[in-house]
Amino acid sequence: MDIFGIPTQALFGQLLIGLINGSFYALLSLGLAVIFGLLNIINFTHGAQYMLGAFVAYLLLNKLGIGYWWALLLAPVIVGATGVVIERLMLSKLYKLDHLYGLLLTFGLALIIQGVFRNEYGSAGQPYAMPEQLSGGRNLGFMFLPNYRAWVIVASLVICLGTWYVIEKTKLGAYLRAATENPQLVQAFGINVPRMITLTYGFGVGLAGLAGVMAAPIYQVSPQMGADLIIVVFAVVVIGGMGSIMGSIVTGFGLGLIEGLTKVFYPEASNTVIFIIMAIVLLIRPAGLFGTQK
Amino acid sequence: MTRAAGSLRHQQIAFLIMAGFFIVAPLVIYPVFLMKVMCFALFACAFNLLIGYVGLLSFGHAMFFGMAGYATAHSAKVWGFTPELAILFGTASACVLGVLVGLLAIRRLGIYFAMITLALAQMVFFFCLQAPFTGGEDGIQAVPRGKLFGIFDLSDAKAMYPFVLAIFLGGFLLIYRIVHSPFGQVLKAIRENESRAVSLGYDVDRYKLLAFVLSATLAGLAGGTKSLVFQLASLTDVHWSMSGEVVLMSLVGGLGTIFGPVVGAAVIITMQNYLAQLGAWVTVVQGIVFVVCVLAFRRGIIGEIAHAIKKPL
Repeated sequence: MDIFGIPTQALFGQLLIGLINGSFYALLSLGLAVIFGLLNIINFTHGAQYMLGAFVAYLLLNKLGIGYWWALLLAPVIVGATGVVIERLMLSKLYKLDHLYGLLLTFGLALIIQGVFRNEYGSAGQPYAMPEQLSGGRNLGFMFLPNYRAWVIVASLVICLGTWYVIEKTKLGAYLRAATENPQLVQAFGINVPRMITLTYGFGVGLAGLAGVMAAPIYQVSPQMGADLIIVVFAVVVIGGMGSIMGSIVTGFGLGLIEGLTKVFYPEASNTVIFIIMAIVLLIRPAGLFGTQK
Repeated sequence: MTRAAGSLRHQQIAFLIMAGFFIVAPLVIYPVFLMKVMCFALFACAFNLLIGYVGLLSFGHAMFFGMAGYATAHSAKVWGFTPELAILFGTASACVLGVLVGLLAIRRLGIYFAMITLALAQMVFFFCLQAPFTGGEDGIQAVPRGKLFGIFDLSDAKAMYPFVLAIFLGGFLLIYRIVHSPFGQVLKAIRENESRAVSLGYDVDRYKLLAFVLSATLAGLAGGTKSLVFQLASLTDVHWSMSGEVVLMSLVGGLGTIFGPVVGAAVIITMQNYLAQLGAWVTVVQGIVFVVCVLAFRRGIIGEIAHAIKKPL
């Protein structure tokens, strides 16, 4: 069976890869958006922290024998904790300055983290075995769906929507949104805004770590795995605009799908299609699809 | 007026010291190393024109540097251009790319501007990786330096050095002139308070675009020259880490100072030279320098000196 001269197996296969990539774009851009909302910085370390999540999972398994499911819980907590330390020791010193300094600082941190791991593990990737429960797959008739990939898509959807729910629909989220609008006023109401900022950074970074664990069995665990990815995620963020949480989720999955389709119909452009879309969006809607120009 | 004249005088003295250093230095320091420093110094000065005087942080300046390198190398090797024409062609390519990127990037401010330039630079990187004329992973190797104006053979470092020195000093003086011109004053006004500049009747976007294109063009001049010095144009020069390096050079020397980027480039290149055998630790050291500069040393080397003597440098 063919669609536009492309065998359906290949078409759906690439769409699946697109959805997987989209899951990671969504998780990472969600974290960036949450951090940006409250801290007003762009977290350049995000890619390194995603890599860190994968490495924590790898080390837990190989040094301590702790498997995937515990890693899924522990790695985000560990990565988030390092984020809390970074925020307390460094980022908190920069809030009164131009936001660009936050970008420069986190860029420097990314270089340090990636450099240290490259020294330790080289540039080659380390394999990370898939959890047994999710190995294998099922035949859907029109394509073969590996269980692990289905799990990644479902899990990241649940996490993204859960985050959206907490921020948009709960009291805690209301505090967060209020602090984004006017931190002084929220502080005056007796809410500890600095601690909220610290925990928000920890949470955003933890999301990156979680994405790293989920990515470990699909891509190899390598020190550079986050370096190029983060630039694509930046483009995703520019396209979506950082104004809305739902916006970054939708843009993340959507662009992953478009990238997958490009691989089928015009593979040469698959690396650049997201950047091209970014250029077009900037021409038509400079604030981004879901953003509001400040 | 007298104060302004006094500070200009300081800068003139500093310029003479710098020019004197680069004229005498090849007697004691390896000339190719010095030429590398000059290329990166010009690159950093061009970058600094944007961040220091317009307040726009470009995280993609490697695309102009590297693209001009490819254009220069290609025109010199394949089309047999003389070196001055090859560099001119490379610089012009960076200028055209600067217009295209600038038109998109100045539509957003602050960190968005940084992310957009980074993303577009990544696109240029992938283009260079796939385009046939760049030689992919190998780059363009064994680029002939050729004969200047068809007469002076540049293949010897002794002949190449004055050529590079002239380009560096020319580019530097041009930036100096731009910064001190009425145009430069408007740029500073935009940096300090954009809405006020708009209310004074300045077409802010046009000024920003022009500044962006000038910065891109001069970065291209540096990149084109570098490709002839090393007779090589490669993917390293268009990679995002190169964009990060030029940010680091300007930061170390002092953002928004005239001489800072030159000093910063010299420091970083020297550091890379000494640490080269350490492999990936160079990245770690650079990252640490970044963090320390941002947390504790935001004025940079020249910025601190200028602060101490209370004169802009």
